[in-house]
Amino acid sequence: MADSTETLLETPLAALHRELGGRMVPFAGYAMPVQYPAGILTEHLQCRETAALFDVSHMGQAELVGEGAAAALERVTPADVQILKPGRQKYGLLTMADGGILDDFMVANLGDRLFLVVNASRKHVDLPYIESVLPAGVTLKPLPDRALIALQGPQAVASIATLAPGIAELGFMGVGSFNIAGVPVLVSRSGYTGEDGVEISVPADLAEGFARTLLALPGVHPAGLGARDSLRLEAGLCLYGNDIDETTSPVEAALTWTLGKRRRTEWNFPGAERVREELANGTKRLRVGIKPDGRQPARGHTPIHAPGGAAIGEITSGGFGPSLNGPMAMGYVARDHAADGTALDLMVRGKAIPARVAPMPFVPHRYAR
Amino acid sequence: MSETKFTKDHEWVRLDGGIATVGITDHAQNALGDVVFVDLPEIGREVTAGEAIAVVESVKAASDVYAPIAGKIVEVNGALSDNPGTINSAPTTDGWFFKIEPADAGEIAALLDEAAYAAYVDTL
Repeated sequence: MADSTETLLETPLAALHRELGGRMVPFAGYAMPVQYPAGILTEHLQCRETAALFDVSHMGQAELVGEGAAAALERVTPADVQILKPGRQKYGLLTMADGGILDDFMVANLGDRLFLVVNASRKHVDLPYIESVLPAGVTLKPLPDRALIALQGPQAVASIATLAPGIAELGFMGVGSFNIAGVPVLVSRSGYTGEDGVEISVPADLAEGFARTLLALPGVHPAGLGARDSLRLEAGLCLYGNDIDETTSPVEAALTWTLGKRRRTEWNFPGAERVREELANGTKRLRVGIKPDGRQPARGHTPIHAPGGAAIGEITSGGFGPSLNGPMAMGYVARDHAADGTALDLMVRGKAIPARVAPMPFVPHRYAR
Repeated sequence: MSETKFTKDHEWVRLDGGIATVGITDHAQNALGDVVFVDLPEIGREVTAGEAIAVVESVKAASDVYAPIAGKIVEVNGALSDNPGTINSAPTTDGWFFKIEPADAGEIAALLDEAAYAAYVDTL
């Protein structure tokens, strides 16, 4: 996170954010809108009700080109990349030699190349890490001249499909190239809200006009990072730097579903030794969902205790879910306190708030089939 | 009812019949965003000026609310538990937080007047 005295980077939509009344805050070195005049609560609910447009251009985009690109990428991830068919995308983790998580990312098979999206705060470590394992003939090409726009919500696909009908044909995690209002874009049916929707990679110099085109569609409202965070937490999705980091393993983070089946027979990814041991014997701690009783939110870094007892963990993300209409959190707890329904005490400002381990997502996903 | 006074912590204070009513300013509620929870002090608690005695939680974050003057808490706005959004919609009326019996009513006179508070907000 950049200090506020440093010069912040801007996305290609910076002028539009200001015009829309966005409240700009520093995030991962960028000036980003945390909210617009409607406010986080309204923006959140609009996303669940109709459609919300998010600028996520701060995220890192890159292409991996060359014979054997998928096998090369598998040198830094336990995901099965080679199984990914053209026109399909998947979520995965970049792992480190000690089994920690370097980042989480999306990879799409575009037929002649792979397309990657990584976190803004991690792109400076991810890209050199990937580059360091590439064989001759495979090239990583950062795409700093592209913006990324997420359109999320139950009306998102129907709205954008009025401009490019083929988008409605994409399945969940499907990817395709389209021309929308004269702009060549890459569209994936995915997102970070739990809703149906798309993420659209756009040439930076055409991004503002493109965003205006989307905002003019019926039911589409701008939403900032605040709503993005409450939406993803309701959806039970991890935020790198909060819920997963270099110290957490894929098993501790309850992200074992991202480990490819074939990769679990080969054990040739960074950190395989730790992951294998943890899958066999269990971990000391696990990431779980947590629902505080009552209305009071418990934020990140809140200590978690056994009821009336000792510290057993810590909240990593916590807040108030506008659609849930109540507080919610995720965090790590000792393994014997990780079962759904287990009673916990959350130590907020010295007072114990009763809570329970709860299944995630807190609000059901509504992805396209 | 007397003149409303303000603090640099963005509380307002209004003395009425020897009891000071305290809330947060419109500037403060706007900066906080949508309020979803408020933690109010216990009635009867003796507080000192500048002491953090209440917490207001928005969707975004938790913020302390300070006692603008020393005294005893004599009443809290229980209606906020069910309708914390009142703090956003009516911060200086129905969205009041607590009432203090001042240890020294003179402390209130020393707080910022409306013009001085507005001038202070302009510097932020």
